[in-house]
Amino acid sequence: MRNTSPDGDSGGRSAPDAPRVADGGEQLQAHTVRLELVDEPGELLRALNPIATHGGNLLSIFHERGSLTPRGHIPVEIDLECPAGRLDTIVDALRNNGINVIQTDAERYREHVEVVLVGALIETDLSATLTAIEECEEATVVDMSLTAPNGEDVASARLSLAAAGGAVDAALSRVREVAAEKDLHVIEPLVGGDR
Amino acid sequence: MKLAVLGAGAVGASVAELAGDYGHSVTAIADSSTAAVDPEGIDPDAALDRKASGEGLGKADPDDALAAEYDVLVEATPTTLGDAEPGFSHVAAALERDRHVVLANKGPVAERYDDVRALEADSAGQVLFEATVGGAIPVLSTIRGLGAERVSAARGILNGTANFVLTRMAAEGLSYEHVLAEAQDLGVAEPDPAFDVEGTDAALKCAILANVLYGGGYELADVDVAGIREIPVSALELAVDGGQAIRLVGDVNPDGVRVGPRLVPENGTLAVSGTQNIVQLESDHAGRLNLSGAGAGGPETASAVLADVDRLGGV
Repeated sequence: MRNTSPDGDSGGRSAPDAPRVADGGEQLQAHTVRLELVDEPGELLRALNPIATHGGNLLSIFHERGSLTPRGHIPVEIDLECPAGRLDTIVDALRNNGINVIQTDAERYREHVEVVLVGALIETDLSATLTAIEECEEATVVDMSLTAPNGEDVASARLSLAAAGGAVDAALSRVREVAAEKDLHVIEPLVGGDR
Repeated sequence: MKLAVLGAGAVGASVAELAGDYGHSVTAIADSSTAAVDPEGIDPDAALDRKASGEGLGKADPDDALAAEYDVLVEATPTTLGDAEPGFSHVAAALERDRHVVLANKGPVAERYDDVRALEADSAGQVLFEATVGGAIPVLSTIRGLGAERVSAARGILNGTANFVLTRMAAEGLSYEHVLAEAQDLGVAEPDPAFDVEGTDAALKCAILANVLYGGGYELADVDVAGIREIPVSALELAVDGGQAIRLVGDVNPDGVRVGPRLVPENGTLAVSGTQNIVQLESDHAGRLNLSGAGAGGPETASAVLADVDRLGGV
């Protein structure tokens, strides 16, 4: 189903073929942003808010409820327009809101995978571990949750990695190397079979 | 068909008990020290009662069972690693006599698959081993039906004990040691759980799957194995917070064979609970197939053995 957004807050829709300008006279550029949303009430709204807040204008939303991603999320494609150079601000705001941005037309395909590390994470310098993982050019640690129960040496951390398309294996292989150096256990995702 | 059953543990005993229902007779049954043999057919219940009372299965020697009259040798002795003995020699002896073999014992096809196939090639007998992978679940016959060359990969949960421990730990927030003790009380885990929780059992099944899918050449040593002992409750909880579950997954693909704890979607197909097993096959034309069910248990596994016997009999 393709919904065209109501024209409520569009900054510069004078005539269909006229050059589009924002309130301040800036040139507007159209972009497509692909998101993956968790299937929970309110997620779509949460994803749309930062776009408007940062001067973006929604053109259309394609919300594919029927076709879940391999990770069980709902793919959403958003067409928007915003002043030149504003897209990065919008994408950052989305990510800060915990929204999984898969692709923008400025940035090619990115995949997210999660891994869990188990072991003496604190003693072996967790931040150095994360830095070492990011030495793999293809991977970025975008999120981390740590559980270190009181009185136990063994801690667990769940890392969310973003990797360029096709580079998930390289990213996981880097995680394995770093973990082996520090004697940590890696619980990897089952890539390919996760349905 | 006349069956000689070697091994009178949960699976061997169930095969002997159920054989009559399937229209077969048992001409011999043996454990490691005693045997009952009768070319006209033994009474399995009586033999098993004698064993339970401590008398032994019968007056015969275990070697007499191997030498008895039978059409199909059911090899259900405990799985051994390395040279897979004495199971392998039992297979060899039956094939030498041009008899069929149905294995419940994983050793010969996990550790010496190529040797078994070579002996089979020189025999009028055939070797089937449905019960060795996924217990009651018809994994190997499904692969045979699709054509092994048209199945590119297999993955799944192949050890019910490890799966029980992981699901209980995650659901109750209990430690590994606590849940393992509970599993032992319930009879879900062996007194020595190493085989299950260190991943060896799942790895043997993966070696068998790799042999079947890729035409042999795999043994336990070719499988990259990690177990579940080192997984703290905190890791399971973190996984759940992220919508994932940790399962001991066997992963068989042309690039390699691995068994280890992996993250799978919490509500996904592979995240079966308790002692359930599941195998997921990637096939060229039939797409992805998921087969799940009881991966262990006497009658359950015996049903897979007897299905093999029926296949050999042309049923």
